[in-house]
Amino acid sequence: MPQHDTVTALRRFGLGPKPGDIKRVAGDPRGFLLSGIADKNIGRLDKPELQASHEVFAEAQEAQMAQRLAKALANEVAKDAGSRKPTPPLPATKPMAAATPAPMMGQAGKKPAALLPDPTAGQLRREALVEELAARIERASTTDNALVERLVIFWSNHFCVSSAKGPVRGLAGGYEREAIRPHVLGRFADMLKAVEQHPAMLIFLDNHVSTGPNSRAGKNRSVGLNENLAREILELHTLGVAGGYNQEDVTNLARILTGWAVGQLNIERSEPGRFFFAANRHEPGTWTVAGRKYTDEGQRSGEKVLDDLARHPSTAKHIATKLARHFISDKPPAALVAKVEKAFRDSEGDLAHVTRALIEAPEAWEPPAAKIVPPYDFTISLIRGLGLKPAPGEVVRLAGLLGQPIWQVPSPKGWPDDDDAWMGPSAIRERLRIAERLARDVDRGTDPRVAAADLLGPALSDETRTAIGRAETREQGLELLVMAPEFLRR
Amino acid sequence: MSCTEHTLLSRRQLVKGSAASLALWGLLPKAAIAGTRDPRLLTVVLRGGLDGLSMIAPIGDPDYLRIRAKLALTTEGPNAGLPLDDMFVLNAAMPFLHGLYRKGEALGVHAVASPYRGRSHFDGQDVLESGLPGVTRAEDGWLNRALSGLTISGKADPKGLAMGAVVPLVMRGAAPVMTWIPKAYGIELRQSTIARLMDLYSQTDPKLAKAFADGLEIDKVGMVPAAKPAAGQPARPFRDFIETAETAAKFLSSAEGPRVGALSYNGWDTHANEGAIQGQLATRLAGLDAAIKAFAEGMGSAWKDTVMIIVTEFGRTAHANGTDGTDHGTGMAALLVGGAVKGGRVLAKWPGLADKDLYETRDLNPTMDLRGVLKGVLRDHLGIPAGALAAKVFPDSRAVEVVDGLVS
Repeated sequence: MPQHDTVTALRRFGLGPKPGDIKRVAGDPRGFLLSGIADKNIGRLDKPELQASHEVFAEAQEAQMAQRLAKALANEVAKDAGSRKPTPPLPATKPMAAATPAPMMGQAGKKPAALLPDPTAGQLRREALVEELAARIERASTTDNALVERLVIFWSNHFCVSSAKGPVRGLAGGYEREAIRPHVLGRFADMLKAVEQHPAMLIFLDNHVSTGPNSRAGKNRSVGLNENLAREILELHTLGVAGGYNQEDVTNLARILTGWAVGQLNIERSEPGRFFFAANRHEPGTWTVAGRKYTDEGQRSGEKVLDDLARHPSTAKHIATKLARHFISDKPPAALVAKVEKAFRDSEGDLAHVTRALIEAPEAWEPPAAKIVPPYDFTISLIRGLGLKPAPGEVVRLAGLLGQPIWQVPSPKGWPDDDDAWMGPSAIRERLRIAERLARDVDRGTDPRVAAADLLGPALSDETRTAIGRAETREQGLELLVMAPEFLRR
Repeated sequence: MSCTEHTLLSRRQLVKGSAASLALWGLLPKAAIAGTRDPRLLTVVLRGGLDGLSMIAPIGDPDYLRIRAKLALTTEGPNAGLPLDDMFVLNAAMPFLHGLYRKGEALGVHAVASPYRGRSHFDGQDVLESGLPGVTRAEDGWLNRALSGLTISGKADPKGLAMGAVVPLVMRGAAPVMTWIPKAYGIELRQSTIARLMDLYSQTDPKLAKAFADGLEIDKVGMVPAAKPAAGQPARPFRDFIETAETAAKFLSSAEGPRVGALSYNGWDTHANEGAIQGQLATRLAGLDAAIKAFAEGMGSAWKDTVMIIVTEFGRTAHANGTDGTDHGTGMAALLVGGAVKGGRVLAKWPGLADKDLYETRDLNPTMDLRGVLKGVLRDHLGIPAGALAAKVFPDSRAVEVVDGLVS
């Protein structure tokens, strides 16, 4: 077994070693990875401070409604005061007096501010997001089982939502924990269903407002179909862009998915913040998607389509290619993709089986370590390797500075996965800036020569070893270590 | 002025030292500061290994010209230094320091070294700053331990002052330290790190080298013309150093400010194209000279009570190497500068530069223990008793004699 396999296990399939990891894993790197994925539930992340996304949604909506109510009330009172304006005009020095309803309301001393809900919807969403980010960063920074976190990063990016879109903000973290994490070693079909029925995705891709033109709601109002989710399911989530579908398939899937919505406080028989099938928006009819006919069974039709898409050979190929490209190489060997694809098809999308196939393929272990570690993973690998404990906000900021703010993807396609995307003109320079920033916080006892041997092991090149040994200061030595090609690539 | 100062003071951050190893030391009777002086001390650590033979050049040594060749300074001609005495000239990049020397406010100490005899920057800096006799996992520094034993008079702040985001080891320890961070987040990339990284990439990863170079090019374009130094001004990287020294003076000269400070500056590792009175090293020395000037002028009337200790982890090879630079060596030159310094001379037991006289036939042989010099300053300037210096500040250094007569 080449010595290099240890580094491959910890870097290519991980988030970089923590001190001592290379020694710990050296005996059996493949066994280390395989034992890490034996428990199908290992990806879950639950902590008492983390709220379910539907609770965040409901609380934010309550706050929002209370706020509206308070505003309306204040306006009402102001209008009231205006109509009852006494004949002698109010002193000109008090132009805001009319907007101060307190005396007229018979609630002496109670200011209108007290009527406003506290905290606001925005605050509630932000707080939830901050807790979720902290939990994610903590898990990634400390776990001994980084392969699972890499799977979470991969699948969360494959099925990405963006917290930059208003209401999604409070849901992005819960989405990952509820729809992605439980399934990273489960069935692809289960993840697909959990994702497409999650409020975060329904809102992110606008399906929660999509209405069938011939549905009860559609006939009465001038609202209609929104194809956004349907298109991305076919193009990004399952078949892939050349996976054999056309515009007709997109429109038909959009029709089938009408009514897949999010429960609201003001919708009867719906639970706020949970998936809700709004039958009155559902387009009736029989529709064909990717060569199959689906008769109208309400919510069930959409679920049937998803099940079939999950089993479709194009999906197997699309997922296998993406996995190989993410973990191994921008241009993965065809034999490797074929193995992963076969594992996907043979197991009907059992992702533990698929992941095992990736790990067991000899091609996956071949040098060179060429892929640039993306910014978030890079930041995490610095924290792991150098034993840093930055505030979560700092990690979010640093990853953002490098162009990869967590859960704020530029498009539904997610973060790019090729080297060129992360090697733009300023990218490497900015990494150095961050390395300089973080190297300051490293425990002074850390000798960069020792750290280099510990973190890069057999991958440490003579050139890098020499450069680190010759550094002027400890900080500079550590900067050179984390900026070395062996540390930037995997 | 007072407004500026207020802003600066409000940006202080209190850093409490970590190690409690010498907690008992704080319980010892505090040394009273000699006389009515209100002494100020700034220690400057130049990281990378300053080439003492080019800062204070021994032109009187018969072997000097031969071994230094292109790097040699002379008494006259294009590489003429500034005269110090019959034996030494000062690098011409340091005219301000030369002026102080002539006024008796600068003292050169040559062929001196910490107890460290290896050639690693990290280990060398650890030994220099920890004040310990050898390489260990040092947690605190000699300046901080000295501070623990000091009674600060009047309204002055008893805390130590560390300039920069990282408290240098020399100032770390149990005694409380305040830090001043120049630009909290506008992290200026260090030229020396950029050069080393570029060198590494060009050897092993051309694609990274290209991406990195492109990024630096953009940085240059993005720089506003105003950022260019005016003629005669030191280059950009040294403006940080100068500003930091100037700010240190604001703290140390203030009636309620701290009295003991430390700052460090990188970039002295001149392996190639070192030059004589022009070039890589001279540029850095000019920066140092400007920083000394900024500090001296900033201290104002407190300058007369001030000592600046300027040290580096080790000197460089006596011979020039194959790339017109010098490699890591042993014996170094240090500087004591300030109104309280008994200067105007170079203190050295000169070992000679003939091959047989060199340490391991390659480096200037150290004939003096730097700890003796530091103890001399701490005893005579800050009034720390010799016993505490030998046992606590520089542990196991009883055999190292305190150098007398450094401070007036």
